[in-house]
Amino acid sequence: MTNPVLSIDNLQTHFFTRAGVVKAVDNISLSVNAGEILGLVGESGSGKSITGFSILGLVDEPGRIVGGSIKLSGEELIGKPEAALRRIRGGRASMIFQDPMMTLNPVLRIETQMIEAIRAHEKVPRREAWQRARDGLAQVGIPSPEERLKCYPHELSGGMRQRVAIAIAFLNRPEFIVADEPTTALDVTIQSQILAEAQKLCRENRTAMIWITHDLSVVAGLADTIAVMYAGRIVENGPAEAVLRSPRHPYTSGLIKSVPGEHLVGQRLFQIPGMTPSLLKLGEACAFKERCAYQDDACSAAPPISMEGGRACRCFHPLRADTAAQSGGAAKESAP
Amino acid sequence: MLAFLIRRIGQSAVVVLLMATIVFFGVNLVGDPVHMLVSPEADQAEIARVIQQFGLDRPIVEQYWLFLKGAVQGNLGTSFIFGQPAVGLILERLPATMELAVCALVLAVFFGIPLGVYSGIKPKSRVSQVIMAASIFGFSLPTFWVGIMLIMFFSVQLQLLPSTGRGEVGSFLGIDSSLFTLDGLKHIILPATNLALLKMSMVIRLSRAGTREVMQQDYIKFARAKGLSFGRIVWAHLLKNIMIPVITVLGLEFGSLIAFSVVTESIFAWPGMGKLLIDSVLQLDRPVIVAYLMIVVFLFVAINLVVDVIYSLLDPRVSLTGAKS
Repeated sequence: MTNPVLSIDNLQTHFFTRAGVVKAVDNISLSVNAGEILGLVGESGSGKSITGFSILGLVDEPGRIVGGSIKLSGEELIGKPEAALRRIRGGRASMIFQDPMMTLNPVLRIETQMIEAIRAHEKVPRREAWQRARDGLAQVGIPSPEERLKCYPHELSGGMRQRVAIAIAFLNRPEFIVADEPTTALDVTIQSQILAEAQKLCRENRTAMIWITHDLSVVAGLADTIAVMYAGRIVENGPAEAVLRSPRHPYTSGLIKSVPGEHLVGQRLFQIPGMTPSLLKLGEACAFKERCAYQDDACSAAPPISMEGGRACRCFHPLRADTAAQSGGAAKESAP
Repeated sequence: MLAFLIRRIGQSAVVVLLMATIVFFGVNLVGDPVHMLVSPEADQAEIARVIQQFGLDRPIVEQYWLFLKGAVQGNLGTSFIFGQPAVGLILERLPATMELAVCALVLAVFFGIPLGVYSGIKPKSRVSQVIMAASIFGFSLPTFWVGIMLIMFFSVQLQLLPSTGRGEVGSFLGIDSSLFTLDGLKHIILPATNLALLKMSMVIRLSRAGTREVMQQDYIKFARAKGLSFGRIVWAHLLKNIMIPVITVLGLEFGSLIAFSVVTESIFAWPGMGKLLIDSVLQLDRPVIVAYLMIVVFLFVAINLVVDVIYSLLDPRVSLTGAKS
C-alpha cells in the first residue's frame, strides 16, 4: 500500500453570499498517488475548479474552507498560515489554469515570469534560474527557448502560452499539480500535443496530478483514475477504464453517452435532461434526482456510498455492468 | 520609432498652426489695448502714433502674416507693457512655475498611488473608506479656499511655513531653483500641496479602480499560485498594469498644472507664469497672451508625445512602429 501524495478527506468549501450559503464543495474525498493522474470530471459549476483552488489555499472571499482535511505527503494543509502556504504554492504543489491568454501577465517578459517563480522558492543566482527556465521551456517542447524567454506573452500563440504555463508549473519539481481545464481554450490538434506533453512530464517526474475537465474524451486516454463530480459532491470514482466502460452512477452514464463520436452521423446526440440544480437549494436528497431516470422515493434521502472493487458510487440505484451497457433507452427522454 | 516620431512631429506642427490661428484672431477680437496704453488725457495724434507704433493700423490679415513670420523665427511679438520680447518674459518665469508643477506632481504620485492601491486591495477596510472620503473632498473643495486655509493654519496659526513668495533661489548644475535652498523648500511646501490635492485625489481614484480590476485577473491568481510574495505581486504584476491609465491622465494634468496654476500662484504670490498671464489679460497685453497660449500649446503637444513614448515602454503590446489597428 503506497501512501498517496495528495489525500483529501471530507473537504467542504462554502461561499457565504448574500443569497445564502453555497456549498460549492460538499464533503469530497480524493487521493492521488505519485506519477498518477486523476481526472476530475463534471459540468460547469459542479465545484471542480473550487476543489483545485482549495488545495492550493487560493479560495477568495466570500469563499472559505469550512471543514475536512487536505494532506500533501501526509502534511495537513488546512489551517496552515499564509506564509507557509505561500512556500508550498508553486513549490511542492502548483497549478495550471484554464485560459492561457489570461494567465501570463501581459506586461512582463516570459523570462521574468519564470525566473520569479524559481526565486520565490530558492535563493539561486539569476543566471542559474535563467538556465532552469530555459531547460523548462525546452522540456515542454518549445523550440528555440532562448528567444522565447525574451518574448512577451502576446507574441506567443495560445498553445505556446499554455506550454509556458505548464513549464512554470513544473519548474520547481512539485509533488503535485492541479490542471484546471488547461486544454479547453485550445484547438484539438494543440490539445492532444499538450495532453501528451503533460502526461509525459507527470510520469517522468513522478508528479501526482489532478486534471480537471468537463470533457470525458480528454481524460479517457490520460487519467489513471476518474472522479465524477456533481453539484459539489463526488458521485462516482474508480479506475478510469472501469468507470468509462461500465459507469455505475446514472449521471456518469449520461455523461458518457453525450460524448459525440459513439453516435452515427445524423443521429440525435444524447442529452441529460434538465439543468444543474442551484447549489443554494441543495438538501440531503440526491442532487441528480430531478434529472435521473431511476429516481424513486428513496432518492429524497442522502444516498449511501457503495464500494465495489476499488470503485465508489453515491447512489441508491447503482447501474450494474449489464444494465449500463444497454441503458441508452432507460434514461429519461430529453424532450420536452 | 523614428518614423513614429517624424509622423507625430508633422501632426503636431498642424495642431500648433491651427492653434496659432485661433489664438491670434481670438485675442485680437477682444478689447482695444490702445486705451490701456495711452494716458486718459492723450489727444488723437498721440493715440494714432501709438496705434501705428504697435502696427495696429494694418489689416488684421497682414498682422497675422507678420505674427506667423516672427513665430517661426521664435519671436512671438513684443509686450506692449514691458517693451520686451513676450517669449523672454514668459520663459523668465517658467522655472518658478515648473518647479511648482513638478513638486505638485511628485506629491500627487507619491501619495496618490500607494493610497489608491491600498484602498483597491482592501476596499472594505476602514482606512480605505477614509481615503476615499478624503479624495472626494480633494475633488470638490475649491483650490483657492484650500489655499487660504493652508495659509491660515500653517502660516498664521502655527507660524511654521511662509505664506508668500518663492524664497531664496539656489543654483545647482547651472539650474536656478528654490528647491536647492532650505528657505526655498519651506516656501514651496504650501503652494505645491495646494496644487497637488486635486491631482492626488484623481490619482487615488484611478489607481484604486485599476487595482480592483487588475487584482481580479487570472494572471494575479496565477502569480499567487506560483508562490510569489504579496509584495512581489503588487510591485511587479500590479503596478505596471495600473500605471498605463495613470500616466495618460497625469500627462494631461501636468500640462494643465503648468499652464493653469494661476489660482495657486495668485494666492501664494508665486512669481510664475500664471501670475504674468493674469496681469497681461487685465492689461490687454496681446503679444504676451498670445505667446503664453502658444507656449502652452507647445507644452501639451510635447507632453503628449512623451506620454506615448512612456506607453510603449510600459506596455509591450503598444508598438510605435506605425502599425495601426
